[in-house]
Amino acid sequence: MWSYIFRRSFYALPILIGVNFFTFALFFMINSPDQMAQAQLGIKHISPEAVHEWKKARGYDRPLFFNDEKNGLDTVTKTIFFEKSVRLFIFDFGKTDEGRVILDEIKKRMWPSLAVALPVFVVGLAVSIFVSLIVVMFRASLFEFSVMVVCVAMFSISSMFYIIGGQFLFGKLWSLVPVSGFIADIGALKFLILPIIIGVISGFGGGVRIYRIIFLEEANKDYIRTARAKGVSELAILFRHLFPNGLIPILTGVVVVIPTLFLGSLVTESFFGIPGLGSFTIDGIRSQDFSIVRSMVFLSSVLYILGLLLTDISYTIADPRVRLT
Amino acid sequence: MYLATFNQLNDTLCFVELWLLINFTSVQVSSRLVLVTSFLMAVSVGCADKNGNWNNPHAPEKEGIRVMYSVFTSPPKNLDPVRTYNLDEATLIDQIYEPPLEYHYLKRPYQLKPLTLTELPNLEYLNADGAIVSEDSEYVAYSRYTFKLKKGIQYQPHPAFAVNDLDQPYYSFSNEDSAKKFRVLADFKRVGTKELVASDYIYQIKRMADPRLQFPIWDIMSNYLVGMKDLRKQLVEARRDNPKDWLNLDTFPLEGVKEIDQYKFQITLHKKYPQFKYWLAFHFFAPIPMELDRFYNLPGQQEKNISLAFHPVGTGAFMMTKHDASSEIILEKNPNFNAQYYPYEGETEDESNGLLMDSGKPLPFLDKIIFRLEKEAIPIWTKFLQGYYDRSGVGSDSFDQAVDMSVDGIALTDEMQRKGISLNMTVEPATYYMGFNMLDPVVGGYSEQQKKLRNAIAIAYDEQEQISIFRNGRGEIAMSPLPPGIFGYQSGEWGLDKKVFDWVDGKPVRKPIEIATRLLSEAGYPGGRDRITGKPLVLNLDTTKNSGDTARQNWLIKQFNTLGIQLNIRATDYNRFQDKMESAKAQMFFWGWFADYPDPENFLFLLYGPNSRTGSGGSGVNSTNYNNQRFNDLFNEMKVMSNSPKRMKIIQEMLEIYREDRPWASSFHPTTFILNNAWVKNFKPHGISQVTLKYQDIDTELRENRRDEWNKPVVWPLWLFASVCFLVVLPGYLAYRRRQTQKVI
Repeated sequence: MWSYIFRRSFYALPILIGVNFFTFALFFMINSPDQMAQAQLGIKHISPEAVHEWKKARGYDRPLFFNDEKNGLDTVTKTIFFEKSVRLFIFDFGKTDEGRVILDEIKKRMWPSLAVALPVFVVGLAVSIFVSLIVVMFRASLFEFSVMVVCVAMFSISSMFYIIGGQFLFGKLWSLVPVSGFIADIGALKFLILPIIIGVISGFGGGVRIYRIIFLEEANKDYIRTARAKGVSELAILFRHLFPNGLIPILTGVVVVIPTLFLGSLVTESFFGIPGLGSFTIDGIRSQDFSIVRSMVFLSSVLYILGLLLTDISYTIADPRVRLT
Repeated sequence: MYLATFNQLNDTLCFVELWLLINFTSVQVSSRLVLVTSFLMAVSVGCADKNGNWNNPHAPEKEGIRVMYSVFTSPPKNLDPVRTYNLDEATLIDQIYEPPLEYHYLKRPYQLKPLTLTELPNLEYLNADGAIVSEDSEYVAYSRYTFKLKKGIQYQPHPAFAVNDLDQPYYSFSNEDSAKKFRVLADFKRVGTKELVASDYIYQIKRMADPRLQFPIWDIMSNYLVGMKDLRKQLVEARRDNPKDWLNLDTFPLEGVKEIDQYKFQITLHKKYPQFKYWLAFHFFAPIPMELDRFYNLPGQQEKNISLAFHPVGTGAFMMTKHDASSEIILEKNPNFNAQYYPYEGETEDESNGLLMDSGKPLPFLDKIIFRLEKEAIPIWTKFLQGYYDRSGVGSDSFDQAVDMSVDGIALTDEMQRKGISLNMTVEPATYYMGFNMLDPVVGGYSEQQKKLRNAIAIAYDEQEQISIFRNGRGEIAMSPLPPGIFGYQSGEWGLDKKVFDWVDGKPVRKPIEIATRLLSEAGYPGGRDRITGKPLVLNLDTTKNSGDTARQNWLIKQFNTLGIQLNIRATDYNRFQDKMESAKAQMFFWGWFADYPDPENFLFLLYGPNSRTGSGGSGVNSTNYNNQRFNDLFNEMKVMSNSPKRMKIIQEMLEIYREDRPWASSFHPTTFILNNAWVKNFKPHGISQVTLKYQDIDTELRENRRDEWNKPVVWPLWLFASVCFLVVLPGYLAYRRRQTQKVI
């Protein structure tokens, strides 16, 4: 297994270089260092000197990919791309254009993100699996039809609707929870209730539909029929036999997102005032801060690759027949 | 029997598994729901404030502390007073820093008064030999301002001012290893203070010349302030070998600034620059003592964001005690704040509006101001209505809920009135306009035909309708670039733009479209077609992309269609739009300007030829690239004059030239609507200055009562939800039991 992990980690390097290259190319296709400087310095009275100083202070005064004023290796290394990219691989994200240390921001903001994303993930997964198993138990009944209609309806509604509706009902009309906000202590609980409920509800429809299909496929297999013929109760069939065997396809989609939970949600954090990494990313995009954008894209790529690796490992746990070589 | 027992046992095992797995069982779902509901209630109750309100987003404050709750919508970029040139950041630091002058809080038109000075600065004009001459003399070569500081003004407590027994800086280290234990500013436990002296202002003026600090109005100030360019050269030279080393600016001379004694200094400018006095009320001229600059430049501090960009330090009414750009910024009363008092005088209606009730009382009234990061409008509006924010603007989404517009005028809705909310409407000292690129071969130029084309468009473009439909009436038609409150602005028939409007029944009425059609025909485009080629006239409006603008774009196309002109809207991203503007490739565009200071020069320079964007490498403020020699000459004459009938006459002539050439198709001055909850006292919007919070107060008792009244938790939905779940689960459970126990044979 260790050789497999080592090999997969090695494969990740070219992927990360490619992701970094495309992020860089896409960003600088629509932004130039001059425009970044202007966005940071404001829109009134921007002198060319101020723009030059801003670029110089942040290393944006070099060519993007190729430095024809240099010789040898320097033609490639003395460029914005190289200087901004190479440090990412040792997780030195540098500073934002405003001067904040990005690693400090990540360390600080990952916890609020996790405080929302982890409960939403765990509770949402549990509820969706549970309901989909129950639906499978009552398959081909009015109950299944009703649940699926509700799920399709819920799946079709934008998450923005849930957020705004939830804030209106729970926060404004019934005054049960704060509309938005966050406190970095135990008091955060009351701020988390609403985003967690809304996160679970907004993912419920899609989750149940997918898991139902997975479990239905398993439910028609011979071992289930055999168990039923033996007189095993429906609940035991569902949770002891069907559920473990349906785990493999579920793990494929679920484990991969676990590491990325740190990154939070762009929309949820923005609306609920959660000072997490999703909110940080939005700030970076809005202010054309390439340092934030590249760091967050790089981190997302690393965590996604880690998620894929964990998925492979989780197969060996869920199904002892699977071997990683 | 045995089979049934086995099945029941299996069921029980499965329920246990399920409990472990999901923490739910079908048989126990209803009770679990009740438990969960109760838990949520318990959490909410546990987090409730002292009034039992579950939705209070604020942490409890000590009894008797007056706290104002406000918002910021994006993280501040830089709080260094030499760098900040942004309204949001000014809202924060202008409460902390004290430049020499400030604007009177209540008086209008805007009026300057001494802040840290004993009197307004004494202004003398000098000739090239340094002899004093009169203001009107043609030999004026320099303007010399003399400042006398009040004695005894103290800075807020700060570690930079902490001293040891030898009266030397307490915190002083020469390498980063010594600084390791200080990770954040709060790690510097010992604090001190110092008196404000003349050298502090001089030090800040020298900081303007530091190229690393990117002073936003360097182009202006370096042209006027004597010796600034030389100082910059010296600083660049001094940094050549050791770019990271701190430079004590006290050791660098600046010719145009002179310290006379501890409380007196002089600033000398080239020629005349009457607008300079307004900059003296701007935070660019806030005092920064050398001790503070030294402290923030100790080894390793800048890397840890222990710097002026994050931790402002001043003599003002408030000091920043928390700066978490991701969630919260807190200002607290400066314990060393020098005695200042609420004004006795204001406008006529200020007394009846209760704005003079606190006259003579010491400032500030508030103990703390908490700014929370809110990126979306809906949560801000909801929390304002719940009483958790004291103030709110009125956005398009909430406009109908807040304001009733009728023929009788603008009023608050019944809901707002019941809550005791008050509405302040202010015409901002700002102008938004649709401009023509005067370098464009079709809409630009100065021939009679080209002027007629622009004038035809100006008549056809119904700005009032635009304001009514897309801004909920929040704007006032502009008859010239000058907004109300700025010298040169004339209301009524006197200020009428007679090229576009007629004065009918005591109000301006847009000229009929037939006149615009005739002008278009005379311009060579009868019916919107080129007289020579017969091709339709297609004009391009360059704008930034915004998905919500479709309705407005359709409206714009319709406006131009009334003349038979085809309008092509070229929506692009902001950067491409800026590129087009800099390279003069845009044909028509929308732009705007907010006043830096209340002087006509600050608006008319938008039309001054040498300020054109193409002529200044993109940094100019004249986006239309308009260039009329007569206008330029009058501008040069007007900008150095004091307000007088002669200046007024020149301005009116400039405005007539502007109307004749018509570089702007249309313009308006935005109106801001601000809502305050009933407990906010002494609020009066100030279009120019952000130094307003020290005058404001909060009736905390009233706020507590209203919050309590408006935020009673409604718990029946929780019980309803639990009941519905029970009713859904129970039949399912019964059906399951029936299926499990029914006999196959």
